[in-house]
Amino acid sequence: MARIEFDQIAHSYYPNPTVASDYALKEINTLWEDGGAYALLGPSGCGKTTLLNVISGLLKPSKGRVLYDGIDVTDLPPEKRNIAQVFQFPVLYDTMTVFDNLAFPLRNRGFNNTDTTRRVHEVADILDLTPDLKRKAAGLSADAKQKISLGRGLVRSDVAAVLFDEPLTVIDPHLKWHLRRKLKEIHEQLKLTMIYVTHDQVEALTFADQVIVMYEGEIVQVGTPEALVENPRHKFVGYFIGSPGMNFLPCTLEGQNARVDGVTIALDPETAALGAKARGMLELGIRPMHMEVHGSPVDGGVPVTMKTVEDQGSFKILTSALNGHTLLSRVPEGHPVPEKQAWLKFPPQRTKLFADERLIR
Amino acid sequence: MEKWADNKAWFLVLPVFVVVAFSAIIPLMTVVNYSLQDIFGPGNAVFVGTEWFKEMLTDTRLHDALGRQFIFSSLVLMIEIPLGILIALAMPKKGWGASASLVTLAIPLLIPWNVIGTIWIIFTRPDIGLFGVGINSLNLLDVPFDHTARPSYAWVTLMAMEVWHWTPLVALLCYAGLRAIPEAYYQAAKIDGASSWAVFRYIQLPKMRGVLTIAILLRWMDSFLIYAEPFALTGGGPGNSTTFLSIYLVKLATGQFDLGPAAAFSLIYFLIVLLFCFIFYQALLNVGKGEKTS
Repeated sequence: MARIEFDQIAHSYYPNPTVASDYALKEINTLWEDGGAYALLGPSGCGKTTLLNVISGLLKPSKGRVLYDGIDVTDLPPEKRNIAQVFQFPVLYDTMTVFDNLAFPLRNRGFNNTDTTRRVHEVADILDLTPDLKRKAAGLSADAKQKISLGRGLVRSDVAAVLFDEPLTVIDPHLKWHLRRKLKEIHEQLKLTMIYVTHDQVEALTFADQVIVMYEGEIVQVGTPEALVENPRHKFVGYFIGSPGMNFLPCTLEGQNARVDGVTIALDPETAALGAKARGMLELGIRPMHMEVHGSPVDGGVPVTMKTVEDQGSFKILTSALNGHTLLSRVPEGHPVPEKQAWLKFPPQRTKLFADERLIR
Repeated sequence: MEKWADNKAWFLVLPVFVVVAFSAIIPLMTVVNYSLQDIFGPGNAVFVGTEWFKEMLTDTRLHDALGRQFIFSSLVLMIEIPLGILIALAMPKKGWGASASLVTLAIPLLIPWNVIGTIWIIFTRPDIGLFGVGINSLNLLDVPFDHTARPSYAWVTLMAMEVWHWTPLVALLCYAGLRAIPEAYYQAAKIDGASSWAVFRYIQLPKMRGVLTIAILLRWMDSFLIYAEPFALTGGGPGNSTTFLSIYLVKLATGQFDLGPAAAFSLIYFLIVLLFCFIFYQALLNVGKGEKTS
């Protein structure tokens, strides 16, 4: 187990990167505490897997240093780093039995037979693989194969960290939920550092204590699931997390208020003061669930035209238009839904200001 | 399923029937016909039943040729398969080196087979050949090297020619098999701390099973049917030392014009090749198959 640190890591797949867009990872400084459960969240192609491969040593970064417990391991190959990694698609040693597959990482490191057998049985128990231990791995289902891959990642109890690269992609939905719980349990039991890559926000938010959101090769925010929902630091976090994502409206400042196409929206005094100092293009952001929807004019309400209503079972998503800008709001089931005209209230505490896509703070 | 009133659709299969009949069934049945008769000349044949089969099965020259054929084919497989795998493992994975080595490997496969025999005759000639002159100038051999001088020299030359000619095929097949292994397997092996031997034993070799099956079958059949190269190089000699089955068969059929025995021999030959292909195929298919019950 170890504390993993990135010191000015950058990576490019090109031999001579010149512009910023040549980099798959732009300068990253971050820290993974010993025993933490982290999720790396971001869209496809944002550099999540690259970052994971830099941690495990499959990839040597173009710049910067990787530190395990303060020791520079940048030049060490993965087998010398004592790390475990589980890949997106099951990787099996086809000719071996399930037992031998699980024992493989231990035997390669010279563990004796008693320890190996004990560990393999422990891991097989956790993953419900015990009945299959003596079977050849090749004939099993995709689920079982991926469980073996997970097992190989978890079988060494002394690893610096276990890295998961979208490991549940090939798993059936109901089993996905079960395995995610298992992983969480294993984390609580063994206190292993776990870093879990995913593009599924539900998976990230349920698995991790700390979620790292990546966008175009950069870490845009590190925080608890709650912080990501309440205080997105970047416009991307705003619309990537949450269902549906945050509303954004281009605006200008006018004293304590924001002006959106001639409509006035009241702001928190603190937000307005910070906004007055900020440079760049201003935008107002608010989560759909924080918006109040009224059927008749209210004080501070902004008149909008109703467009569509989507009933999602436990809540409804209302789409409305404000001078050509589309606004989404989320109301609980049973909340009255205005027909043509509605008045939206923007609670000042929940209304955030962004300058050049970043939260003003 | 509904039954159709007329069966005209069967005519669509007719072209295939005609092609197969003329390319396989009629020639094969002609051979079967010959094998049961003693042929004295056109229109002058006597039915002899299984006599030619009995004669061929007890023919010592055929037994000798069969023995030589087995030794030759087994040696060829034992050299070409491991060598082909080694070459495939050593080949560059990308860049100009990969293209260059692929083209270089393909060259022996593109040369007509009798030309290969001629090339090797010249290559091993003791007076002007690079190999012949080269090895003789080392003075290591008690009898100067000349592939017609001794059975062992003839065999060494033939084996070298065969390996040179066909190992590239095995290497190309293995190379294709290796390239098809996803990068994640190698990454997982690194993470698991596997040695390069373990990577070969547990990843590369199992993943190459399909292409190796094809390589072994092709090389077994081809080397068992070898004709053009030894015919051009040694003509079956010295003595009968490189008279393989097909060379003996051609001598019997067109040299002595014993069409009946030659036909019986052909059928036996055909069955042997078929039998061994079946055995290899079954063996390779079942190797490493999962046991479904504990």
